Amino acid sequence: MPTSTDTARVHVSTTINGEPTDFLCEPRQSLLECLRDVIGLTGTKEGCNDGNCGACSVILNGRLVNSCLVLGVEAQGAEITTVEGLAEPGQLHPLQQAFLENAALQCGICTPGFLVSAKALLDQEPNPSEERIRFWLSGNLCRCTGYDKIIRAVQDAAGRMQEAKRG
Amino acid sequence: MKQFEYAAPTTLDEAIRLLAEMNGRARPMAGGTDVLVQMRAGRLTPDRIVDVKNVPELNELRYDASGGLTIGAAVPCYKIYADTAIARAYPGLIDAASIVGGVAIQGRATLGGNLCNSSPSADTIPVLIAMGAKVNIRGPRGSRQVPVEQFCTAPGRNVLEAGEVVVSIELPAPPPNSGAHYQRFIPRYEMDIAVVGVGAGVVLSDDKRTIRSARIALGAVAPTPLFVPEAGQALEGKPAAEESLAAAAEIARNAARPIDDMRGTAAQRKHLVGVLTRRVLAGAIARARGEEVHGAHVH
Amino acid sequence: MARTADRLSPSNIVLSTTQYRVVGTRPVRHDGADKVTGRAIYGADVRLPGMLYGRVLRSPHAHARIKRIDTSKAEALPGVRAVATAKDLPPAEDRWEDLGEGPVNMKFLSDNVLASDKVLYKGHAVAAVAATNVHVAEEALNLIEVEYEVLPAVIDVREAARDGAPLLHQNVTTKELGKDTGKPSNVANHFRHELGDVKKGWEEAEVVVERECWTATVHQGYIEPHNGTAVWSQDGNLTVWTSTQGAFPVRDQLAQVLGVPVSKIKVIPTEIGGGFGGKIPIYLEPVAALLAKKTGRPVKLWMTRADVFQGTGPTPGSYMTCKIGAKKDGTIVVAEADLYFEAGAYPGSAVGAAAMCIFAPYNIPNGRIDGYDVLVNKPRSFAYRAPGATQAAFASEVALDELAEKLGMDPIELRLKNSAKEGTRRIDGPVYNRIGGVEVLQAAREHDHYRSPLGTPPAGMKRGRGVAHGYWFNVGLASSVTISVNQDGSVTLAEGSTDIGGTRTSIAMQAAEVLGLRAEDVRPTVVDTDSIGYTQVTGGSRTTFATGLAAIEAAKDVLRQMNERAALLWETDAENVAYDADSATFKSGDKSIAFKELAGKLGHTGGPITGRANVDAGGHGGAFATNIVDLDVDPETGKVKILRFTVVQDAGKAIHPSYVEGQMQGGSVQGIGWALNEEYVFNPKGEMTNASFLDYRMPTTYDLPMIDTVIVEVPNPGHPFGVRGVGEVPIVPPPAAICNAIHKAIGVRMKRLPMSPREILEESGVI
Repeated sequence: MPTSTDTARVHVSTTINGEPTDFLCEPRQSLLECLRDVIGLTGTKEGCNDGNCGACSVILNGRLVNSCLVLGVEAQGAEITTVEGLAEPGQLHPLQQAFLENAALQCGICTPGFLVSAKALLDQEPNPSEERIRFWLSGNLCRCTGYDKIIRAVQDAAGRMQEAKRG
Repeated sequence: MKQFEYAAPTTLDEAIRLLAEMNGRARPMAGGTDVLVQMRAGRLTPDRIVDVKNVPELNELRYDASGGLTIGAAVPCYKIYADTAIARAYPGLIDAASIVGGVAIQGRATLGGNLCNSSPSADTIPVLIAMGAKVNIRGPRGSRQVPVEQFCTAPGRNVLEAGEVVVSIELPAPPPNSGAHYQRFIPRYEMDIAVVGVGAGVVLSDDKRTIRSARIALGAVAPTPLFVPEAGQALEGKPAAEESLAAAAEIARNAARPIDDMRGTAAQRKHLVGVLTRRVLAGAIARARGEEVHGAHVH
Repeated sequence: MARTADRLSPSNIVLSTTQYRVVGTRPVRHDGADKVTGRAIYGADVRLPGMLYGRVLRSPHAHARIKRIDTSKAEALPGVRAVATAKDLPPAEDRWEDLGEGPVNMKFLSDNVLASDKVLYKGHAVAAVAATNVHVAEEALNLIEVEYEVLPAVIDVREAARDGAPLLHQNVTTKELGKDTGKPSNVANHFRHELGDVKKGWEEAEVVVERECWTATVHQGYIEPHNGTAVWSQDGNLTVWTSTQGAFPVRDQLAQVLGVPVSKIKVIPTEIGGGFGGKIPIYLEPVAALLAKKTGRPVKLWMTRADVFQGTGPTPGSYMTCKIGAKKDGTIVVAEADLYFEAGAYPGSAVGAAAMCIFAPYNIPNGRIDGYDVLVNKPRSFAYRAPGATQAAFASEVALDELAEKLGMDPIELRLKNSAKEGTRRIDGPVYNRIGGVEVLQAAREHDHYRSPLGTPPAGMKRGRGVAHGYWFNVGLASSVTISVNQDGSVTLAEGSTDIGGTRTSIAMQAAEVLGLRAEDVRPTVVDTDSIGYTQVTGGSRTTFATGLAAIEAAKDVLRQMNERAALLWETDAENVAYDADSATFKSGDKSIAFKELAGKLGHTGGPITGRANVDAGGHGGAFATNIVDLDVDPETGKVKILRFTVVQDAGKAIHPSYVEGQMQGGSVQGIGWALNEEYVFNPKGEMTNASFLDYRMPTTYDLPMIDTVIVEVPNPGHPFGVRGVGEVPIVPPPAAICNAIHKAIGVRMKRLPMSPREILEESGVI
């Protein structure tokens, strides 16, 4: 439904969770807005829209970013991983499994951001210390858990992934 | 957010043209972590955003032990500390670059952006000043170089003219027996804006017992990041020991012209300048002696 | 620094008396998979065909009269479909109705949704726009012209209570000890509780401590912003999707504000991203309904983070005095307190609950508590986890620490000596049933943390350990559950309590226990207001208790009906059939049939079975929490580092211990945030200046150690499994415990929350 305040929409070709995905957006729409309102991937959440809560964390070309601080048009040619891309069919990611078993979520609104952020950490540091996990996740706010069980879940998942690697 | 036009040039000349032709209604964007927040809040209302991340000159990251370090304005923070040679040579820079926002912000935020945002509380500016860094600027009328301490002119304002972009930041090779350090004070342990930030660089004598020269700069205590040359000069020829530092800290404290705001009071900031200047100088001296000093985020 | 991950105790549950099959185990929650894969639908995730997007225009002033609103330019903006103001709401009467969480004035309720004559705080909603996208809606807000006559604002609770203070409402008069004075004032209510003979108490007292303190306005801080989506059918039925703690109270409030009967409103509660008391009131739901009516399209609104801070219920800031007298042996003989709480823009602060809780953990024979509910130009205050009790404990629990010091007593021993027990009368009247205050304090005293040496702080740092204790009464109220039996022997459970932190599972587990099933055999769903009986808010620590009771009763109803079917099969009377939950078998004499098998035969024995229960639960049991905290203070910067934190709490019975621990840890950390950094900062004009997560400063992962928990199980006699309710009390003691630890570290007894670095420097005379 174009309006006269629209300037031309931009065609963006990108890869989201391994799927080639094209969308149209206005330059002012953030990647977060494009994911949620244009593409319909609402797993990525909006908590503050200014980069201070981490609920909108996604992995963009291998780097953890706040999708509220990326324009949709910047995603041209990019590879994006969202929370919807963590699980394999029928198989949760070890982080997802560990979050469930460690009761690391209460309301769950911050959970997608924590999972994506923790995945970005474990992708680059498979065996982080508690100190390191706490530093890495400090950009993700959770108001329910006091973080204790989240930290334990990340440690647990790291252990499982290490073990799986050793076979 | 107001509607705007987006352009992502691949050459520096094109970027400058795209900026210059808008007569001040265009804004360069690198990581966007400040620009987008300010646009959303209505504090910035550009008609065109020029994304400079695809410009090769702004992505340069080059270090050699004799020539020093060049950091392209669009190089995100994480790339700076991911380079072990750079991290070893410039731990003071890493102190600051590794605390600009959390990890997700560091995937995007740049030194160039931190400079151009020109916030009095910018974390990277005091330590860049302390290390004698210079800003390479390019515009429609050519190139120029400005010392970092002369770059900011007021909160959110700087020497850039319409059409000019920051291309890179240059740091001299660290002199022998030198060290630099940055600390900020924040109420939490992460994700805060500095209530006060202090950067210091020192060069010691060959026996590492005397301070040959020192540079001290302060954040969040004046309309711009504040270079306090007299605080460094007071240390010249003094023993590299705790008692010398108090005098420099007192000079820094007196130079600070802070205000009260929601992040802190003027009295608190003045006090913290004294405390942090002492601590930061001690850290810089320790580094000049080859000792390991943890960055601000390790405690 | 050393972290605490290695200190997970083998069993953190003490005094457990009964072993159950399902209750007390830790199954994976039923809604978990959808929440870790991004599939769960929260309020802002609702997408409907043809949906429009809305935004709200808010007052830039703390106090002003609205002289004129001109929406014509906004309406003319292409893409804008409708603009709404208070004029679009039916006129609201100045009368009080009970909508569940106590009495509500209809005009105040309506005016807080969209201001009619005056704006009473910066952020007060004034108008709203529906447009084709959110950016167009935002542009339209800038085109709405509002002419204000700015009035003087008052934001300090004591200034507001003074004669001659700017008045928020001309028609609010002080209710003074139950009588209306008829005098317009910002003091909406002054009440008093008294017990025993206070004068005599002071005569008996040999040691006296006195304390004056202040607490800042703080926010619940849920990560999910408020939202609301509405659509009208052609026959005038309204459907609303929203993240709320209570779909039925939203329906009731909508009916009042919109002037539509409840029978024409369906509220669909989506998943909710945190509430803590702040998602009980309505904000956007009626606005979405107005805009949907005007446009004939679905309209979705959600708040920006600044909207959330400036436009929704913070919890009151306060000014309190407190005085306690004891004998030299530590027996407390008298206590008095005066509590001034900020109501915000409309009456109704948590001062009532604060007065109930301030001395509640102790047996105090003589006491007086005065409470004042005071209007200030801040958002209407709302509940926040044990509302009022945290502020109150900051007064009383710090005073007790000082008393222990004066007496030379261990602070836990002092509390134990005076602990309330079954039969103790509180100053506000109620007499305790079986409570676990003593057991909680004993468990804290015996805990490894309390017995460990403090250790040596790093150079220049000062270290201290503090303790504090707290109480919250918990509530019961109305809940409804239905349980339907499937032919495969599983059951579906429908309930009306929104699940904010795992209550689907804690409720399903109670049904499973009764039915002899596994937790996984019960499929719990939170349903809309057309699909279940009335259910009160998820709040007051009531859900696992009261909706759990309903689930137990509904499960029993299922068994009753299945007994009849077994009796039918065996051609006997139902009373001859018994159910053995351990083997999940119905038995009669030598005949037996498994639950699952009988479930498969329902079609031949009379058709489907649904058990149901509607309860108005009484018998709720109060809960206690004790904190032990070790911390370092940097005396040069005033910064505090929490090193170790232990919370001991009486759960009655922990249905799902992991989620009980989660409540304890989460509540503790909210309390730590309240203690150290969280506050609304106002400029002299009464405008909040830190309305972002950046500057509101909630704790991050990096600010905290692990939070050790001890679950004490002193069963509540009012619940079959002994459940008390666990959600709220853990937020009560942390600020006092931290204050007491800071005192041990640097010798300064802090008077103001938050105990921010600046506050510590100022209070210790450094600046």
